[in-house]
Amino acid sequence: MSEIMTDGQGMALAAEGITVKLRSNAKITWEKFLQHKLAVVASLFLLTLAALCFLAPLIAPYEFDAIDLANIRKAPSVKHLLGTDALGRDLLTRLLYGGRISITIGLTAAMLGTAIGTLIGSMAGYFGGRIDNLLMRLTDLAYSIPTLPLIIVISSYSNTQAVGIVMIIGFFSWMQTSRVVRGAILSVKENEYVTAARALGSKDRLIIIRHVLPNISNSIIVGATLGVGNAIITESSLSFLGLGVSPPTPTWGNMLMDSQATMSSQPWLTIFPGMAILLTVLCVNFIGDGLQDALDPTL
Amino acid sequence: MLRYVIRRTIQMVPLLLAISVVIFTIIQAAPGGPEGTLLDRGMFVDPAAIDAYRARLGVDQPVFMQYFKWLGAMLTGDMGISFQTQRPVLIMILERMPDTLRLMGLSFVVAAIIAIPLGVFSAVKQYSTFDFIATGASFVAIAMPVFWFGLMMQYLFSVKLQWLPVAGTVTVGVGGFVDQLKHIIMPATVLSMHSIAGWSRYMRSSMLGVLNQDYIRTAHSKGLSRRTVISVHAVKNASIPVVSVMTLDIARLFSGAVITETIFGWPGIGRMFIQAMHARDYPLLMGIMMMGSTMVVVFNLIADVIYGWLDPRITYE
Repeated sequence: MSEIMTDGQGMALAAEGITVKLRSNAKITWEKFLQHKLAVVASLFLLTLAALCFLAPLIAPYEFDAIDLANIRKAPSVKHLLGTDALGRDLLTRLLYGGRISITIGLTAAMLGTAIGTLIGSMAGYFGGRIDNLLMRLTDLAYSIPTLPLIIVISSYSNTQAVGIVMIIGFFSWMQTSRVVRGAILSVKENEYVTAARALGSKDRLIIIRHVLPNISNSIIVGATLGVGNAIITESSLSFLGLGVSPPTPTWGNMLMDSQATMSSQPWLTIFPGMAILLTVLCVNFIGDGLQDALDPTL
Repeated sequence: MLRYVIRRTIQMVPLLLAISVVIFTIIQAAPGGPEGTLLDRGMFVDPAAIDAYRARLGVDQPVFMQYFKWLGAMLTGDMGISFQTQRPVLIMILERMPDTLRLMGLSFVVAAIIAIPLGVFSAVKQYSTFDFIATGASFVAIAMPVFWFGLMMQYLFSVKLQWLPVAGTVTVGVGGFVDQLKHIIMPATVLSMHSIAGWSRYMRSSMLGVLNQDYIRTAHSKGLSRRTVISVHAVKNASIPVVSVMTLDIARLFSGAVITETIFGWPGIGRMFIQAMHARDYPLLMGIMMMGSTMVVVFNLIADVIYGWLDPRITYE
């Protein structure tokens, strides 16, 4: 109970000759996060996986586009740990290279979506009135059109590359964040410290950035984490429909698209990329769960 | 209540109009235009023929004129003519509707029957092995791409075990209830997976909230059996927000149906959407998108009405 206390309390106790260890907010959060075993394991796993993927050019056993016609469609073996595809390309190598794109798309699309959502939500919540009304009707509108079909139609327009996919996913995944941020701002804005800041003559922009957003960062961070998982799944669904990042650049999604037709004879080509997506998204969601508990000051 | 429903229905009009503008704009932004589809197939190269075709479709007029024409026709139930089949879009959608409704309906019922008890038991036995497994399973289900789950099911049950047909709705020449059931099991399971995971998590947390309430303690202290307290007092109150979420999700099932129907060759609206996308059949795409959006808006209203109806604390003014 006495773990969380203000400087003032600490000094008062210190004056009474009791030693108090003051801990920063970040440290408290960090310690609470470490108690969430699953989230810690998930973080370690994900960091390892990401490191392997991004170091792929150094550690991958083969080139991702090295065609080896003598060894096509080989089942997993010592030479090719996860087998080879229809062109004799090493599946493990392609999974590692694919992970770079898939994880990057997940992270950047979630960041874009969160940024847009935070901007719209904080403007609506902070200014209120007509701006709020307008922005929330915009959110309703974006919410009402089924997202996946919409993303599918827009992606079908062009031979999309990774940047395009990130933009499309990001632009259509901000609605949840904007609603959460708006709600949080509405409750934070009534606090005395915001009134005080305004009385001192702070500009709106400064108040939002310095005083309001840090106090609602919890919900933004948790939302963004879940957004990463969703973006990875959306990218893979698009690639599966042939609308994602075009080959030969491997992503987990387009590897699945390629493998579909030969699933009955070469199941490993379908199983492993799917497992990679599943494990990555699972870990991201566990981390989100851990962060939610760790960042919640009422727990 | 009636006044509330009427007011909300009137409010739906500007929203639907805005949706129609967005959908129309997005489709208009498509490269190539309608004749692009035909040019791609090398069907005609004569510029005069292309102009005649554009005139027949009405795409030679200014964009806003096209919009008002489309909107006006839409209001009378005329969703235009499909580029692919040259048949009315509305008829095509209605033809596919029964199969999609069958799949979505079964998925919804199955998901509800599984998710609610799952959530209740998880909450009642919080932190038990059962709760741990149910929570873990729902995390896995949420992290799993729908299409990959479908492919894995096909591999296991159709290729390896040969228990279930890989795709379609019925075996030609066989038919009958059992055959149809065999065809629908896998797509319905895949489509309901996310709902089961989401709703059971939601039911669990709602139940946990209710179990801490004073009236539950009162019910216990009145000497009611644990079973009565849970089934009558707790589940009833805990399911109010869940029912509202489930209603909203009916419309969202449509997004899932797009992928599920494509994998399992299910001849519903979702698969037709993907086919229309590949064929750049814009009237059909617009019709399906409009239908999907209208569903979201309507079920939004239904969810709010049900919520107020179930929860007497809420009054509509």
